[in-house]
Amino acid sequence: MTNNLRFKTSKFIDETYRVSFKFNNKTYYGFKGDTLASALLANGIHLVGRSFKYHRPRGIMTSGSEEPNAIIQLHDNSSRTEPNVRATEVEIYEGLVASSQNCWPSVNFDIGGINNLLSPILPAGFYYKTFMWPASFWEKYEYFIRKSAGLGKSPKVADPDIYEHKYIHCDVLVIGAGISGIMAAKMAAKNGFKTLLVDEKSYLGGSSIYDNSEFSKINNQITSSWLEKEINEISKLENLEIKIRTSVAAFHGYNFLLARENLTDHLPINQRENKVRQRLLKIRAKKVITATGSIERPLIFDNNDRPGILLSSAIKKYIDLYGVACGENNVLFTNNDTAYETAMSLIQRGIKINAIIDNREQIDSKISYEVEKNNIKIYKGYTVVDTYGYRRINKISIMKLSKDGQTVIGDKTKLNCDCLGVSGGWTPAVHLFTQSGGKLKFREEDQVFIPDVYPSDQISIGSCNGDFGLEEIIKNTLSSIKKFLDIDNSEYKTVETISGLNQSKRNIWLLPSDKSIGKTKSFVDYQNDATAKDIKLALREGFRSIEHVKRYTTTGMGTDQGKLGNMHALGIISETAGTKMGEHGTTTFRPPYTPLTFGTIVGRNVGEFFDIFRRTPIHDWHVANKAEFENVGQWKRAWYYPKDNENMHQAVQRESKAARDSAGILDASTLGKIDIQGTDASEFLNRVYTNAWSKLAVGKCRYGLMLNEDGMVYDDGVTTRLDENHYIMTTTTGGAANVLGKLEDYLQTEWPELDVYLSSVTDHYATISVCGPNSKKIVSKVIPDLDLSDEKFPHMSFKNAKIDNIKCRVMRISFTGEHSYEINIQANYGKSVWEKCMEAGKDFNITPYGTETMHLLRAEKGFIIVGQDTDATMTPIDLQMDWIVSKKKFDFIGKRSLYRSDTIREDRKQLVGLLTENPEEVLEEGAQIVADIKKTPIEMLGHVTSSYYSPNLKKSIALGVVKGGKNMFGQKLIIPMENKNINVTVADPVFLDKEGERLNAKL
Amino acid sequence: MFLINCPFCGEREQSEFKAGGEAHIVRPKQPTELSDDEWAEYLFMRKNIKGIQFERWNHVHGCRKWFNMVRDTSNDQIKAVYKMGEKPPVK
Repeated sequence: MTNNLRFKTSKFIDETYRVSFKFNNKTYYGFKGDTLASALLANGIHLVGRSFKYHRPRGIMTSGSEEPNAIIQLHDNSSRTEPNVRATEVEIYEGLVASSQNCWPSVNFDIGGINNLLSPILPAGFYYKTFMWPASFWEKYEYFIRKSAGLGKSPKVADPDIYEHKYIHCDVLVIGAGISGIMAAKMAAKNGFKTLLVDEKSYLGGSSIYDNSEFSKINNQITSSWLEKEINEISKLENLEIKIRTSVAAFHGYNFLLARENLTDHLPINQRENKVRQRLLKIRAKKVITATGSIERPLIFDNNDRPGILLSSAIKKYIDLYGVACGENNVLFTNNDTAYETAMSLIQRGIKINAIIDNREQIDSKISYEVEKNNIKIYKGYTVVDTYGYRRINKISIMKLSKDGQTVIGDKTKLNCDCLGVSGGWTPAVHLFTQSGGKLKFREEDQVFIPDVYPSDQISIGSCNGDFGLEEIIKNTLSSIKKFLDIDNSEYKTVETISGLNQSKRNIWLLPSDKSIGKTKSFVDYQNDATAKDIKLALREGFRSIEHVKRYTTTGMGTDQGKLGNMHALGIISETAGTKMGEHGTTTFRPPYTPLTFGTIVGRNVGEFFDIFRRTPIHDWHVANKAEFENVGQWKRAWYYPKDNENMHQAVQRESKAARDSAGILDASTLGKIDIQGTDASEFLNRVYTNAWSKLAVGKCRYGLMLNEDGMVYDDGVTTRLDENHYIMTTTTGGAANVLGKLEDYLQTEWPELDVYLSSVTDHYATISVCGPNSKKIVSKVIPDLDLSDEKFPHMSFKNAKIDNIKCRVMRISFTGEHSYEINIQANYGKSVWEKCMEAGKDFNITPYGTETMHLLRAEKGFIIVGQDTDATMTPIDLQMDWIVSKKKFDFIGKRSLYRSDTIREDRKQLVGLLTENPEEVLEEGAQIVADIKKTPIEMLGHVTSSYYSPNLKKSIALGVVKGGKNMFGQKLIIPMENKNINVTVADPVFLDKEGERLNAKL
Repeated sequence: MFLINCPFCGEREQSEFKAGGEAHIVRPKQPTELSDDEWAEYLFMRKNIKGIQFERWNHVHGCRKWFNMVRDTSNDQIKAVYKMGEKPPVK
C-alpha cells in the first residue's frame, strides 16, 4: 500500500481490518469498507481496463454505478465468475479475485491497442460499412471480430448460488437514501404510511453523508452530522423498512418496480454457503418517491479518457468517504462550483492542487474565494485542450476560451499532474422516471432534462428533480412531500441551510481545441469508444434522430447505458444541427438501470423447476417399465417402451403389431376432460361442434370436430352423454386449456342465456385404453360384472361400472380401428387398475404402447391429429371430413366461414394419403410435395404431415396436404429430397380396414 | 404491469389476466344471411386505436370471468372495468 495515498480519517473505513485481494494475479491490501476501486486507487492503480474498440488504456473514472471504464471480471475460471462488474460497486472481502477484461495479453500491454493507431480508418459505422462486403463473408469476419471484441467471459459451469424472488406491497416506496430520500421516508413513515426505503449503496445518506464541509450546514450543524442523526432516528421507525445494497432495476407502469437486493456479494466466499445471494424484489407501491440524485457530467475535450482522469465528485468521495487520494498532484477542471468542494476536501488534507481550470470568466462564490485564499491558481475562462501520458495522465495543456466559447485563443500552457478531476455540472438521474412513462422537459438555464409529466402516483425530489443547491433540495422536498402525501405535519420544524456554492455554470457541450475535430479524440461514450467526431460524422451522413445516431455510433449502448455521456451526445447533435435541445428527442432509458445477473432474473426457477411438467397417475409404472417419454404440452407422456436393446423404430413396430394381433394398452389420462352440465347442454354442444347432438341418446358417445369462427379445425374428441343434462367432453391433450377457455368465452359473452356449467376434470380421472382382438377378454376379467356383449355394449356407447367397488366409467370407443375400451377411474386408482389390466392381459401378450405407436395405428386408419395433420388453415372439407359437418343445423361456430369464397376454392390444400413407389421408403414428415421438378421455380403443392412404416400393412404409409389433392387420387407426385427424388402416389387416407371389419368383428 | 380491478375479485396483477381483443363486437344472430363481406367485417376487422379503446379481458388465472375494460392505449391508463352485458360507463 502506498501510504501517502491513504488518509486515516474516514469513519467508513475500518483500519483495524485489513483485507487482501488479488487484481490481475497480484496481491494487494485494502481495508474493510473499501470498494475494489478505492482499494486499487489507494495502491496507486488507475489503469484497470482497455476500451472496447481502440483498446485504449482506461482508469477508474467514477465512484458509483455510472462507471464506464472500470468494469472487471470477478473470480475468473470459477463457478462464481461474473463479468462486467463495476469495480466502483464491488465491496472488497478477503480472498476477492478480480481481473481486467477486454485486453490481451495484459492490461499493460494489449495487442488490440493497435486499433488506436488505426483509428483514423475506424470511424463510426466502420464495421457496418466494411465487413458487410461481400455479404457472404460476414461469418468469417464475425469470428475474428468477436474474438477481439466482447466484454468479459461468461461462466462455463452451473451457478452454485441461490437466488429468490419476493413480492413487496407498500404504501410508499422511496428510491434513494440521500438527504431528500431520508427526509421523505421519515415524513411518510411518521404519518402512518407503510414505507420502504431502498438504496443501491452499502450505506445510507448519499453524498451528503460525507459532506463535512464548513460551507454547507443545516441548522448550524455540519451536513453529515445533521444527516447522521436523521438516519439514526428513521432506523428506529416501525413503519419503515430499509434495504441497502438494493438497486431498482425497472420502474414499470402502475407503480410496479423490480429491484435487486444484494445479500452476500460483500462477504468472503466461504461465508456465502446456503445463503441467498440476490433477491429480485417485485414491488407494488401505492406511491413512489424517486430520489435517485444526479450524476456528475464529464467534460468533452481531446484525450479526455486517460487513466487518472476522474469525475471531480469521485475524487471528493474517495478522499472523504474512503480516505484515499487519487493523485499527489491534482488539477481540477470545471465549469461550475462543485469542483471547489473537491478542492476544499483536498486542501483540508494537504493534498497538492496544482491548478483549477474553470471555463467561467467570473466566479463569485464563498467557496471559490476560500480556495483562492489557499493560494491555488485558478485559470478563469480557460479550457483543457489536450492531455498526455499513456498509462496514466502526466500533463495537460490549456488555452484561453474565446468569448463565445467556440474557439481557443492565445498561447498553450502545459501543466503537470497525475490526476485530473473534471466537472461539467450535474445530470438528474431521470432513468427510472422515464422508464415509468414519464415525460421530461428541458430547462434552458442549466441545460438539464427534468421530470415534467408523471404517468402514475409518483414524484421526483432532490437533485433527480433538478434541485441542486442544498437549500433548494430541503425546501422543495418538504413542500412537495407534504403535498404528495397530503399531510399537515412535515415532522420538521425549521430547517436553516447555509451553502457556499453558487449555481452558475458555463455549459459548453464540446470544448474547442486548437486541432481540427478530425484530429481529436474527445470521448462522449467511454465504454463504447464513441467520440464527438463520430457523432458529427453521423450527422454529416444524414442521421437526425437521436435513436439513429445512437445506434450508428453506439453512443450509450454499453453496459453503463451512457449514464455519463448521453447528455453531451444530445448537446453536440443540437449544436451541430443548429436545433434546440430536446427537438431531436432523448434516447429511451431501458431497464435494467444497472445490469442484473441471470440468477436474479430466474430466481428459484432452475433445474427441475425451470419448466414445470405434469405426470399422469400411472407415470411411476411407465418409469419402472423403462418408458421413454415425450413432452406433450406440459405433460410427460410415455413415448415407447423399448425392450432389451430395441431402438425406437423396433419398439414401435413391435408395439403396433401386438396391438392389432392381440392386445395393446395405452395411458390416455392426458386427454382433456370437460364436464358439461345444465339443461341447455345439448344445445350448447350443437353450437360448438359441427355435427348434431340433440338426438344423441343417454349412454352414447359421439366424435366431434370443433372449428374456429373462421372455419378452421380447432380441436376434436369424443363426447359422451352421461345423463339427460350431463356430458363429458374429451379434448386433445395440448388443446384442453384453450378449449375450455373458448367454451367459457362463448358461454359468458355470446350465449349467457344458456343454462350450462363447465368444469375441467382432466386431472380427476385416469384413462386407460385397452385395444385389440383380445381386449374384450381382458376387460371382462378386470370388470366381470359388466356385460360386454355387442347388444348391451355396442361401439360408441358408455357404461357405469365398478372395479373392486370403485366407480368407473367405461366407454367403448376406438382411436386405433380395433375393438377397444376406455376405462376412466378416479385418478388415485389409475395405477392399480392399469396393473390389473396388465395382469389380466398376461396370457394375451398385452403390450403397453406409447404415443408413437398410437400415432402409427391411427395413421393406418387415416384418423387425423389436430395440430399435426392440420394447422390453422384446414377446414373439415379440406380434411375430406364433409360427413361430420351438419347441413341441417342453423348455426355452429365457424359454419358461415365454410362457404366463404376462399374456403370453397377447389385448389385448397387437402388431406390425402401418400404411398411410396418403394414400399420400404419412409418419407420425412415436413417434406415438400411437388409435381414437376423440371420447371423452375418448382411449384410447391403441399407437404407430408404424418409418415410411418406400417408393420401391419408391411409398407410405408403417409398423410399429407396437397393443393387440389381431393381430385388427384392415383396421380403420381414427387418428394424432392436433398440427394434424391422420391416417387409417390396419391391414395385414400384410410389405409387399413376401410370397411371397419376389425372394429365390428364378433369377438 | 397493470393492476387490474376485476369486477368480481378486485385488484389483481396483470399476469392473472388474458387480453381478449376488441369489445362490443356482437356475433351476428343469423350468420347465414350475411354476405362474404359482411361476415369478413365481423370476423377479421378490428380497431387499433391510439387513445380510448374498449377491450375484453379474462381473469383466466382467477375467477375465469370475462369482463370489459376501457383503456387509453396511449398511456395505458385503465379508465373503467365493467361486466359483460353492461354499457360502458365512459364514452
